[in-house]
Order: sequence, then structure tokens, then C-alpha cells
Amino acid sequence: MNIHEYQAKEILKSYGIDVPRGCMVKSARQTEKAFQKFGCDCVLKAQVYAGGRGKAGGIKTVRDATQACDTAKELFKKRLVTVQTGAKGLAVKRLLVEEIIDVEKEYYLSLTLDRRTSRYCLIASAEGGMDIEEVARRSPEKIHTLYIDPIVGIKPYHARSISSALGLKGKLIEDCARLIQNLYNVLLEKDCSLLEINPLVVSRNQRLIAMDCKINFDDNALFRHSDYEKMIDLSQLDPLEIEARKFDLAYIKLDGNIGCMVNGAGLAMATLDILMEYGARPANFLDVGGGASREKVAAAFRIILSDKKVRGIFVNIFGGIMRCDVIAQGIIDATKDIAPHIPIVVRMDGSNLDEGIKLLAQSGLNVETVDNLKSGVQKIAQMMSKKQKS
Amino acid sequence: MGILIDKNSKIIVQGITGKSGLLHARQCRDYGSDIVGGVTPGRGGTSIEGFTVFDSVADAVSQTNATVSMILVPAPWAADAIFEAAEAGIELTVCITEGIPVRDMVMVKRYLRHSKMRLVGPNCPGVITPGECEVGIMPGNIHKRGNIGVVSRSGTLTYEAVKQLSDAGLGQSTCVGIGGDPIIGMDFIDVLKLFTEDTDTKGVFIIGEIGGDAEELAAHWVKENLKKPAAAFIAGRTAPPGKRMGHAGAIITGGKGLAVDKIRMLEECGVVVAQSPVKIAEAMQEALNKN
Repeated sequence: MNIHEYQAKEILKSYGIDVPRGCMVKSARQTEKAFQKFGCDCVLKAQVYAGGRGKAGGIKTVRDATQACDTAKELFKKRLVTVQTGAKGLAVKRLLVEEIIDVEKEYYLSLTLDRRTSRYCLIASAEGGMDIEEVARRSPEKIHTLYIDPIVGIKPYHARSISSALGLKGKLIEDCARLIQNLYNVLLEKDCSLLEINPLVVSRNQRLIAMDCKINFDDNALFRHSDYEKMIDLSQLDPLEIEARKFDLAYIKLDGNIGCMVNGAGLAMATLDILMEYGARPANFLDVGGGASREKVAAAFRIILSDKKVRGIFVNIFGGIMRCDVIAQGIIDATKDIAPHIPIVVRMDGSNLDEGIKLLAQSGLNVETVDNLKSGVQKIAQMMSKKQKS
Repeated sequence: MGILIDKNSKIIVQGITGKSGLLHARQCRDYGSDIVGGVTPGRGGTSIEGFTVFDSVADAVSQTNATVSMILVPAPWAADAIFEAAEAGIELTVCITEGIPVRDMVMVKRYLRHSKMRLVGPNCPGVITPGECEVGIMPGNIHKRGNIGVVSRSGTLTYEAVKQLSDAGLGQSTCVGIGGDPIIGMDFIDVLKLFTEDTDTKGVFIIGEIGGDAEELAAHWVKENLKKPAAAFIAGRTAPPGKRMGHAGAIITGGKGLAVDKIRMLEECGVVVAQSPVKIAEAMQEALNKN
């Protein structure tokens, strides 16, 4: 789960980590007020669920109240397109107004999971403010990594060794060590899957400040944090993804025209792959879960139908334990009110197959039922191309 | 033969009185697995559909001599269930539960370094030695006894693969679903090692997906150590970067974890890679013919 920079900074602040004075605003008027309150040059930072904002024009320096107001107006009008957003971009509904810090030097610091060792690791570099993957490629010797034994945690000497590796001197060694230990506490207590400060800066007056911060929460740990739900900014999500979230369906919008409903993540990925192989373009990734219920199947099917770009639907359920009549019922429930006039191919396999086929046949829906993946994909690809010609 | 489990395995189910715990305990028993009881704290001394229920894994082990546990406990309590199984002397735990927090699994994984217990999963379909024993949630009827060892990060995609193998007359020695999470117990290599030693296994099929570098590591291991024919399929060739594709571990980050890189590495290491999810049996057959 993603959160905004300003929310991440609030969390850091509550753990005693210095961040610039700042204020989240939702209008040009609020921006102007915040600027006046700070009484110094400020930076306006678009709050979107994506990186690469600076290069995309989402971060602007302002030097007087009028400029703050005008720049904010422009930003709020925008859909910000960055390297991470895709062509559609993301709406800018919130800005972070922040005092400008006089920077002496920039650093990079992050905590994340290292899958190879199954441990959290701390990554630090004196090359701050840049793309860390780029640094890793160009000069791997400038990256310092600490693999954290979960039983030991980060001890002060671990943290000091990182501070020294970054080239910090004197009092800053201890300051940075304390910051690193605090950061590890944030990671654990908040169940973060990524915690990145880039850049971490030393200011002219020798303070360590987190200038930018990105936090992702572990989706599996949301049950431990009832306060996270209200942190989600719905303006940053696709409406269909919001709907899918309600039903606990893994849904990702893609840009094709064949709606897909599959059970199981691996099979769902493989289904997208084979559709592309046959020249068909999937409109979404949707995993209804290993053993989906009638209600879940219906909810998933409704979500696919409400995507206006969908011109055909491919259902791929490898049941086994799952009953085919349940799948059929779910599809019929979803189409009770509005019968779709688009081709639907249902590949299902599992118990009660005959009953499932019978139910779909009697439903009056334009459905073809098949029992293996290959004929399913061939069929939907064929029906789609026929439809385009007619 | 096969690996990990056989007809003599004595199995308990942690979370047996839950809806899915009971459903799958019953299904495994119907398949022929020796389910000797189950665990639900506070329900010890009772029985459910012929299964004896114990308060703790330790109780169950001392009274049944079980050596295998299948966990179907909800995610908030699943890590605790794994620790409990390990301390009670269980030799193999298969954790089906999906959605265990990463922080919990970091600790589990660290603990298991000093434990003799093997862990399969979490977030996996389980293990099956066709015709002998099933510890998992997979549909038993699609499997066929034979000589192909299957190891996979996926659930239903494994069923798809297994069905194609069975239909083509390629039965399986054992199928192991290692799970779709970023932190899992046994990895590809741990399972491949067992397949190498297993005389029933004459060829291996690997099912991987985007995210992490487990497939790349497995590819190298196969080249150096697996003296048997190997084929593979990698899901997610067309997955968009930065999105978590259903599985917590299936995400392309910072240009890493791409399907194309995994496929290239596997091919370089002599593994036949199925170019399409409908050509799994063909790829396996090709690998067998090659050797």
C-alpha cells in the first residue's frame, strides 16, 4: 500500500526524525496561506502515488505569495505524467508546501526486504538525490548495505558504522546513528515494505533532515493497522481498482479490450501472456482467489463489465475443488440486471462441470464454454476478430 | 517413493476446526493421506468428522507420532503456528495460509535456520505424491503417478501444468508448491536437491513467475548439479512493472525480476522453457528426448 510523501513525513516526525517544516494543502488559497505562514521561499510538491515528480514538473520553487498561488493553480489543473505513472498520469489533488532548506550535502538511506537473505536490509549511499539503481549500476562501491539479523536488530555500532561509511564526522555520526535506529523502529512498528529517504541532507547549520520520503506498507499486515485505511487517497486509484479492493480481489487495470477473470495469480499472469501471444489484448489482471465464492465471482464479473473498454470477456477457472455451477451462478448473478452483448468465453474445469455448462446455456447469455485453456484462448481471439470485421 | 511425503506419512492439520481446515483435511483423507488428527486450541479432547482434535501440536505429536503438519490457520496466527510445529518436533510443515505479514516471516525464517523442521510455503497449494499422499489443497484427481518432479511458485497454474503433463502421459513423482510470497521456507534449490536424490524422479518441471531472482539461482543450480532433464515455464512475460500481480512476491521492481531475464538464464543453463502456458507437456517431453 502506497502513502503520500507528506504522510510519510508525519510518521518520521513522530519518531523524532527531522523533516522540513511543511503543510499539506488542497487548494491554491490554502497554498498561499501556508506560504505566508512560513514566511520564506518554499517548494510546492505534487502529492501523487508515483516517483519521478521533479522531472515531470511536479515540484516547483516559489518566492512570493502570488507566485505560490498561481503555481498551485497550475499544479492542481494537471494530471502529472511521470516515468512511473503511464501515459494517463495521476491527478494532483494535494500539494505539500515546504520551507526550502539550505543544503550542504545529500545522502541516500532506505530500508527494505532483501529476498535473497530473507532479511530487512539498510541501504545507504553518499550519492543522495539520485536514482539509487543508477548508482548501483555505475558505482556499486558507493553503496553500503547492512543485512539486519531480526533477533539482534540494528545496534548503535551498526548504525555508527553506516554513518562513518557515509563520511559523516563528529556529532553527525551519532545523529545519523540515532536516525537509522529510529528508522528501523518505523519499519517494524508500521510494517513497512519500503522506507526510503532520498535525499537525506545535512543542512548548512549541520542538521540531518529527511528532505523526501517514500513509505510503502506491507499489504499483508494491514489487519494490524486499522488507521491505514483512511490514509488512502482514492483520487490516486482507478475507480475499478477501488471497487475490487472492497471485495478483496487482486485487480490491475491494463489497456486492452478483453476482460479477464482468473483464479490464482500465477494462472492469471499466464492467461494474460497467452492472450497476448494470440494477438488479443487483456483489459485487466484479475485474480478472484484460489477458491472463489459465488458472490466473489459475481463481484469480479461486474467490475469487468463496468470497464467501458471491454469488448469481450475471457474467464479461466481451473477449479478442481471449485464447483463449476458456482462459477456459472456467479456470472449469471452479475448479468441479471444488464445482459452484456459481448462475446464471453468461459474455460472452466472442476466438479459439477455439466451442471455449470447447463446453467450458462439456459441463461440466454452469449457464452461459449470450453474445458481447456488452448481452445478457450483460440475461441475468444477468433470471436473478437470476427466481431471487429462485422 | 517421491520426496517429502509418502503413504506412511502421519499428518496433523493445524486449524482443523476452521472451515477450510476441515474441508481440506477431509479431502486429503479421501485421497488416502493418513490424517491422524488436528489442532485447535481449546478444542482438545473433542473430535470432528472422525478427526481427533488436540489443544496443541505437542499434544498431537506425543499421542499420534505425527511428523507432518498442514497449517490452515488464518494469517494473523499462522507464524505462531509454524513456531509451534517446529518446537513440537514436526519434521515437515506445509503452510497453506496466504497473507502472512513479511515481518512475521522474517522472524520465522531466521528461527528455522536452527531448526530441523522443513517448511513448505506459506501461500502455497501444498505437496502431493500421486497415488500415495496429499498434504495440500490441490485437486488430487488431475495428478498421475509417474516420474516427473514438479516444483512451482504458483497454485492454479501448477494444476494447469500438472493436467497437461498427466494428459500427455507424463505422471509425477511429487509436486511441490513452494509458495508465492517473498519469504518462503524451502526454495526451488532445496526441492531440486531432493529430486536429484530421488530415484523415482526422471525429469523436473519448474514453474516460476516474475519477481525476485529465485529462478535465476535455480537455473545455475540445475546446470551445476541436477543430472536430470529439466523444463520450465515462467509466468508474467507481459506483466507491467511496479504492480503486484496478485502474489505478494510477483512484482517487477527497478528493472529486476523480469520474465525475459529468467527465461534467458534458464535456457542458458540447459533448461527447456515452454514458450506458452499451453505447451508445458511439449517442453517437458522435449527435455526428456534431449537427454
